[in-house]
Amino acid sequence: MGKQKLREVFSNKILEEAKKDSSIFVVCTDSRGSAMIGDFAEKLPKQFVEVGIAEQNAVSLASGLAHVGKKVYVVGPASFYSTRASEQIKVDVAYSNNNVKIIGISGGISYGNLGATHHSLQDIAFMRSVPNLDVIIPSDANQMRSIVDDLLRNEKPTYVRVGRGAVSTIYNQNETFEIGKSRVLRRGSDIAIFVCGQLLERALGVADLLKNKGYDATVIDVFTIKPIDKNTILQYSKMCGVGMTIEEHSIYGGLGGAIAEILIQENPIPLYIAGLPDRELPNGTDVEVFNAVGLTIQELTNKAITMIKHKKE
Amino acid sequence: MLKKLDSEAVKELKIKSANVRFKTVELIHNAGAGHTGGDMSAADILIALYSYMNVDPKSKNSCDRDFFIMSKGHSAEIYYNVLAEFGFLDYESLDTLGSFGSEFGGHPTNNIPGVEANTGSLGHGLGIGVGIALGLKRDNKTNQVYVLTGDGELSEGSNWEAAMSAGKYKLDNLTWIIDRNYLQISGKTEDVMPLEPLKMKINSFGFEVYTINGHKYEEIFEVLNVPFFRKPKAVIAETIKGYGIRDGENIASWHHKVPDKKQVAQMEVDMKSLIEEIKNG
Ligand SMILES: Cc1ncc(C[n+]2csc(CCOP(=O)(O)OP(=O)(O)O)c2C)c(N)n1
Ligand SMILES: [Mg+2]
Repeated sequence: MGKQKLREVFSNKILEEAKKDSSIFVVCTDSRGSAMIGDFAEKLPKQFVEVGIAEQNAVSLASGLAHVGKKVYVVGPASFYSTRASEQIKVDVAYSNNNVKIIGISGGISYGNLGATHHSLQDIAFMRSVPNLDVIIPSDANQMRSIVDDLLRNEKPTYVRVGRGAVSTIYNQNETFEIGKSRVLRRGSDIAIFVCGQLLERALGVADLLKNKGYDATVIDVFTIKPIDKNTILQYSKMCGVGMTIEEHSIYGGLGGAIAEILIQENPIPLYIAGLPDRELPNGTDVEVFNAVGLTIQELTNKAITMIKHKKE
Repeated sequence: MLKKLDSEAVKELKIKSANVRFKTVELIHNAGAGHTGGDMSAADILIALYSYMNVDPKSKNSCDRDFFIMSKGHSAEIYYNVLAEFGFLDYESLDTLGSFGSEFGGHPTNNIPGVEANTGSLGHGLGIGVGIALGLKRDNKTNQVYVLTGDGELSEGSNWEAAMSAGKYKLDNLTWIIDRNYLQISGKTEDVMPLEPLKMKINSFGFEVYTINGHKYEEIFEVLNVPFFRKPKAVIAETIKGYGIRDGENIASWHHKVPDKKQVAQMEVDMKSLIEEIKNG
């Protein structure tokens, strides 16, 4: 199982595509290095725009470019785009229906000890509440490539969040993914685990550990937070009768919230929402913080077993 | 509170600077991460300010203190070291930087003694400073407010919104210092997003603007001592990114480059001989 940085997967892919399609534009905010997009700036300067450290301006300007027919990818830290430029995303991109894709890099807590200013743990909550905005959290490189293909074909305003470090490759090379459809990786009737982003690997670890202890879990990669795949979510929650969500986001308003909204209205079952707690996080790498807040395979498995037993009582 | 400089005081500050810059380079090396370039360019401005301002470890929460907002929060390592040099922190406590659970992150937070604002997302500090200055003025208080921003940081529109407000309210208790090292992450500020004519721009927002050498203590103190003309003051402090690092001066990639063992050793040698030179000179 190899490891790849999704921001690099994106930059390679977009360069390749933009060479063939001169209407593809990339907009950066002094973020060329971290977005790994320096090559694009050099090779396709006419399709590249640098606005300096100005995320709000980047998004409004991108909307203007889209308004005259460009396919625009704004690439920079998820933290600054999802908070500072949130109004521009809501109004200029989504509300105005401009074909702008925001590629939020180094999302979640992947900036580690750079701290809360650099974390994006509220982005799903905000983005998924904006009408006419797709929200995607890819979990591996092959999925990322397939999603970029989809982004290039559609004209929808979209927010995509990827992490900073390399993530394990989970899917096969030529596997394809469709925005709006989740992917079921394991099928078991004891508990339904819903997950997105880099924590997919841990969710699979939880399923393995549960298996060792005699329980069968379903694991669903809900990489499209919006539009959300309601049918699959309902199908497996009905089959399992108890669920768990795992995400690199605040426990409020993220994937857990999205799943809970569906379940409470159509199939109320107990649901455990695992994510980053509602308090200041300790300084550390993403892995250190995950481990410190209970997002370990062991602790998540214990929680899952508690949920399963609770169901059987 | 050092207000006037004689040649002995200048020597002392320069020696402090050499020591603090070396310690900062060493700290970044040990932590394995940091914003080396902008740490070095800001060193003398910070040392001058903490010598000059009416704030010390005892008065850090008093309502009579002067306020400093470190808007370029990524230069945390030099900020921490200067706070330690001026007694707000123990130098040893900084050793935890970069390890899990450290109270020191890659950006400053107000859990740390002496830190007024949580910064790191660029373009916040000037607005915060304007608010503090306005609040103080409304209370007829005479405390001073100092804000340090980067130059690349000035692409953020929020700075100009804050500047407009400072001009409107004629904040003659606010000093905005710009670490003008002409570089940001992706290269030269004038290539990434041109700022010039910066002095004219800031002046047109209602500031009295001065350009100085941000590594010359005589010039920094002189500009801090210039009286206000019933309007806010802005100081374009021309600096060298990576100042004092032999391989790292004026090189964009040193923005967050971590010095290796050899470079730390070189810095130690260079700063020691600089100190000798200052003592003899
Ligand atoms: C809102 C925001 N956008 C982007 C960044 C990432 N970033 C950190 S430092 C930096 C460059 C800053 O350049 P400058 O202001 O010139 O600082 P200096 O040269 O003094 O280090 C950038 C883009 C950030 N911290 N905040
Ligand atoms: Mg600069």
